[in-house]
Order: sequence, then C-alpha cells, then structure tokens
Amino acid sequence: MRGTLEPRRHEGTKQERGLASCLRAFVITALVFLLVGVATSALAVLPDERLADPVLEARARALSQELRCLVCRNQSIDDSNADLAHDLRVLVRERLQAGDSDRQVLAFLTSRYGDYVLLRPPVKPTTWLLWFGPPALLLAGALALLVAWRRRRAGTPMQQTPLTEDEQERLARLMRESS
Amino acid sequence: MRRLLFFLPLALFAVLAGYFVIGLGHDPSLLPSALIDHPVPEFKLPALGDKPGLATTDLTGEVALVNFFASWCVPCRAEHPNLMRLAGEAHVALYGINYKDKPEDARGLLAQLGDPYRRIGVDRDGRTFIDFGAYGVPETYIIDKAGRIRFRQVGPITQEDYDGKILPLLKQLGAS
Repeated sequence: MRGTLEPRRHEGTKQERGLASCLRAFVITALVFLLVGVATSALAVLPDERLADPVLEARARALSQELRCLVCRNQSIDDSNADLAHDLRVLVRERLQAGDSDRQVLAFLTSRYGDYVLLRPPVKPTTWLLWFGPPALLLAGALALLVAWRRRRAGTPMQQTPLTEDEQERLARLMRESS
Repeated sequence: MRRLLFFLPLALFAVLAGYFVIGLGHDPSLLPSALIDHPVPEFKLPALGDKPGLATTDLTGEVALVNFFASWCVPCRAEHPNLMRLAGEAHVALYGINYKDKPEDARGLLAQLGDPYRRIGVDRDGRTFIDFGAYGVPETYIIDKAGRIRFRQVGPITQEDYDGKILPLLKQLGAS
C-alpha cells in the first residue's frame, strides 16, 4: 500500500511545485508590467519641469491632463514627449506661479489654440449635439420601446382561429406518436 | 405614414454617407486657427544677423505675411522657392520668425537658398510661436492692414496654395 501511495504523493507535490512556479512567474510578470507602466506614464513630465510647491505641481499635473498635445492630438500634454507639449507644460506652470487660477490658465491656452486644446469639450450651443445627442437618442429609443410595448398590451390580442377538424386530427395523431 | 417609416433607415444612411463624403475631402491634420480675425499677438523678437528684429508694431499699415521657419525643418526648404517668388512678385511685406534654431544654422539656410524676408525675428524659446497658436513649422500667417490675422497656412506653401489661396487673398486685401 505504502509503495503505491509514495509515488502518487510525490507526483502531487511535483504538480504543486509546478503551479507555484507558474504563479510566481505570473506575479513577477505582472509586477514588471506594472513598474514599466508606472515608469512610462511618469516619463513625459521631466524632473526639471516640476515645481517645488507640491500644491501648485498637483494643480499643474491636473491641468496638463486636461490639455491636448497639438502635435500628437490624442495625448494630453502631460503624457506627450513632444517638444511643444514640453513648452506648454512649462507655460502652464509659469502661469500658475504667476498666480493664475486654473480657469485663467485654460482661457490663456484656448485663446491661442481654440477649444480643440481642451480634451474635454466645453458645453455650449455648438457642442450641445455632442453632449446631449447620445442621451437623447437613448431616451428616444426607450420611449419608442415603451410606446410599442404599451400598444401591444392595449391592442386587441391576436385573433385566435380555432383549429379545423383536419388539424385537430393531425394534432391528436402527433401527440399519440410522440408519447 | 407607416410606409414612410420604412424609408427612415435609408434616410439615416444617406445622412451618414453625406458626412463621410464631406469627411473624405477634409484633412484632419489641419487645425483651424483660433486667431483668425483677431489682432496679431503682442511680441518683440531680437534680430538675426544685420537685419532688424520683428515686433507687433511692424505688422500694421500694410498687408504682411509672417512665416515661421527653421533650418532643421525639411518642409521649410520645400516651400522656400515659393517664398522667394512671393518676395519678388507680390507687393507684400514678407517677414520671418526663426523658430527654435541656432542663429548660425538659420543664417546658413538663408545664405544657401536666399533670403526672402524683410525682417526676421528670432524665437529661441518658442513663446511667440505659442502666442500665434502655431503647432508646427512651417506655418504662414497673412495679416491685413489693420493688423488682424486673416489666414493661416499649416505646412509648406505648395504651388496650389500659392496660386489658389495666398495670391487671391493678398489681392483681395489690397497688397498688389
């Protein structure tokens, strides 16, 4: 008995060991990806751009994430390594140090680059369709569904014509066959 | 009424297709300038070499063309012959702003290809570039007699742009 059990237990531990090493590899890979991700996401803002005041720096970071890099288009200036993005990051920090409010900084940039520089378009008559179009479509769809549903419930139920004698007979035959 | 409803998908498709057709002819890399019909931003730039520098005050009174250029910019070399032609043919004040360049390199470019500019301002840190709302070189701005920006060209001035956009606008503004 013992002789047959031993190798089995041995096999079990081998499997466990395999699983453990798999898990370890997974955790290490995940960690590496996480570290690389963190490293690259913080890469764009260069150390010499950062402000000494942590409150101002935090505001600058938040603002930079709202601003589009005009060169790469779908990156914020906080993410982008483009030369212009660097200049704009420095500019944002300078304005903040000069005492500008967040709103003033954004106004400074939109007066030069237009609303396009904002990654979140402002709500105004020309962007109403953009902002309210999708919810309006959803609402219209829900309304249409509701109307259709109510009409179906309130409308006359489908006319039920009784089976003809032939059909009755066929049904009975089928029922008999299947049982 | 009911029957009309069947055509709704077709109508929707036609609207979508219309948008796509318009989208095909539209270059998304060209951004409209936020400064069109606005006055030229305030700036005062130092000179390159022996020509005087460039400031906002130089840009009023006559139709002016401001061209951002750099020696490291390849499309700038491509449009250079058209700038030379413009300086020779059209009666327009052609000014240059040298963007983030080494002065000796910029002088080298002009010595090699010719200097079409009446005045050149040196924008080392790129702040005037940002004040113009520019996002790449070359960019060219046409400014009317009142000192307002009327047109922006993103990228090199091709022959098509020269004949189709720049010259007609200059004529319309009364430059030649």
